[in-house]
Amino acid sequence: MELIYGHPKSLKPIQTKYCPGCGHGVIHRLICEVIDELGVQDRSVIMNPVGCSIWADLYFDFDSVQVPHGRTPAGATAVKRMLPDHMVICYQGDGDLAAIGTAEIIHAANRGEKFTGIFVNNAIYGMTGGQMAPTTLVGQKATTAPYGRDPIEAGMGYPIRVCELLATLGGTKYLARGSVDSPANIRKTRQYIKKAFEAQLRGEGFGMVEILSPCPTNWQMKPGEAVDWVKSDMIPFYPLGEIKNSLEEAAK
Amino acid sequence: MANKGKPVIDRERCKGCHLCVRSCPTKVFDVDETPNSWGYYPALPARAEACIACGNCYLVCPDVAATVYKL
Amino acid sequence: MADEKRLMKGNEAIAEAAIRAGCKAYFGYPITPQNELTAYMAKNMLDKKRIFIQAESEVAAINMVYGAAATGARTMTSSSSPGMSLKQEGISYACGADLPCVLVNVARSGPGLGGISPGQGDYFQSTRGGGHGDYYHIVLAPKSVQEAADLTYEAFDLADKWRMPAMILADGLIGQMMEGVVLPSARDPASLPKKAWAAGHRAGTSREANHITSCWLVPEELEQNNIKRYRRYDEVKRAEVRFEEVNTEKAELIFVAYGTSSRVCLGAVEMAKKLGIELGLFRPISLWPFPDKRLAELAAKGKKFLTVEMSMGQMVEDVRLAVNGKAEVLFYGRCGGVIPSEEEVLAEARRILGK
Repeated sequence: MELIYGHPKSLKPIQTKYCPGCGHGVIHRLICEVIDELGVQDRSVIMNPVGCSIWADLYFDFDSVQVPHGRTPAGATAVKRMLPDHMVICYQGDGDLAAIGTAEIIHAANRGEKFTGIFVNNAIYGMTGGQMAPTTLVGQKATTAPYGRDPIEAGMGYPIRVCELLATLGGTKYLARGSVDSPANIRKTRQYIKKAFEAQLRGEGFGMVEILSPCPTNWQMKPGEAVDWVKSDMIPFYPLGEIKNSLEEAAK
Repeated sequence: MANKGKPVIDRERCKGCHLCVRSCPTKVFDVDETPNSWGYYPALPARAEACIACGNCYLVCPDVAATVYKL
Repeated sequence: MADEKRLMKGNEAIAEAAIRAGCKAYFGYPITPQNELTAYMAKNMLDKKRIFIQAESEVAAINMVYGAAATGARTMTSSSSPGMSLKQEGISYACGADLPCVLVNVARSGPGLGGISPGQGDYFQSTRGGGHGDYYHIVLAPKSVQEAADLTYEAFDLADKWRMPAMILADGLIGQMMEGVVLPSARDPASLPKKAWAAGHRAGTSREANHITSCWLVPEELEQNNIKRYRRYDEVKRAEVRFEEVNTEKAELIFVAYGTSSRVCLGAVEMAKKLGIELGLFRPISLWPFPDKRLAELAAKGKKFLTVEMSMGQMVEDVRLAVNGKAEVLFYGRCGGVIPSEEEVLAEARRILGK
């Protein structure tokens, strides 16, 4: 009896603190599956951001560096510059990346930094209890948008499509958006992650994989309803696929 | 003849999100009536013999509480 | 082999000293009056195939320092007052994660945009921990281009030795002026301390994963972490206090001043001597750890103290704390970027002494 779907080696075999049905757990596993496959666990470094996934350093069995909220790409820049032969993963949520850290992600991407961004887009602030995020959809409710995000009357701005935003920058080489709402999309997201990590190992940058992820607790939905909502509401606004691929390998 | 598999649920690590229950193509899982020590009602591989080792339960599980063996 | 003496701008001497100390990664952002430092680093770090990034902000720069320090590299950032304000959160994190790094503040006048002339209004920010939470870091205040180079060079060793940031608190005058300087010899990279706690290079070792963080969400754990750090602070206070004294034994009144204002006071001491008036100068070089014990000793001898600063009075509070009521501590300050003249400082001393 052969174990064909088992625990990745580089992911600690412990229960996470994430809520039931949270997408972070799936994304952590996908990262570790690829790290194991590429055999780079002993030279991987994860940047754990401020947000729910600050806990990442408990779950990834490789070195981690935790920097202030939003500054993860700046920290990752220096870690990768100092450790060019390491796999450096800049793990961020949508508040960390697209609100307080907008300057950092844009400039790290524009410098063509060689680390890989993993951007978890769950359209809400999780750790702090459900505030509106830069990726919150128009009309979507949050504790700070109690009547739904209203860009016009309440001047709450519009949801930001980060991959498309970064695609205009010369330094970006690979930008893909996946989702963990369904087995099929999870498999595709794993491929994007693998492609981005392989690009990093070849010294090609900047690459990032944005991943649509459910947040049942702060969307106030059951896990099943949350993954349905990703499909029904998020994916139409945040189209999946490779938004930009100018990797050399693609040019072949 | 389809693959045969054996799904295993770590009922203590499961948080009862039941994403595996809804994504299993052959409806292997029920919701366990008895809660685990956390008070979650874990998934229960009630019809394990129907498992075709597709791995959907493993793929969607946020806590790697679902693992699958190939028979 | 030490170098020959050469004429150098303070900002550039600081940069060259950092390079010779083995600084492998520098992150800067333009701000007057320290721009020559960043420009010098750009040219010379790239020439040496070391890491130089002009970051998108001082906030990004300090977080790049955090990232480089987390891998065990010798790393530095420099800025001036408003830029240092932006870095305070990152500095608090670096202290909370016990990360060695060197911070250079070529201070200017404030608050707010303030001005670009020299100032000493960042004393509190530097010595009290300008960010959140309980922490301190080493603060060294040079008064000359030579000392700026020497202290920067040494700051890297101190930061590594005590696993904490070390700040050089200079000002626009020291950064902008040119003086003769003999630069220390370049460190052999192999001689730099190894850091087993750092992130990276785990391959081939049997160590567990290293986690560089200042996050401890269990209160008792964070408390233990802080207490452990404060024990180390006590050791730093015992080992790393530095100051200079001029004529303090004979003096009736002692100037207490650091950096640029100490040079002004030294001039006043020499002018007073010609008038037969015995004045002295007590010059803290380490602003943290502050030389309080020696000041207390002098206070016990019935001295009078006149603290002279280019601010509305910040270090004077530390002097009062050190003297603890045993002697009179007076203050004379100019701010806004105005540098007091030797004559006005001497006149103030004579007024106090009634001579």
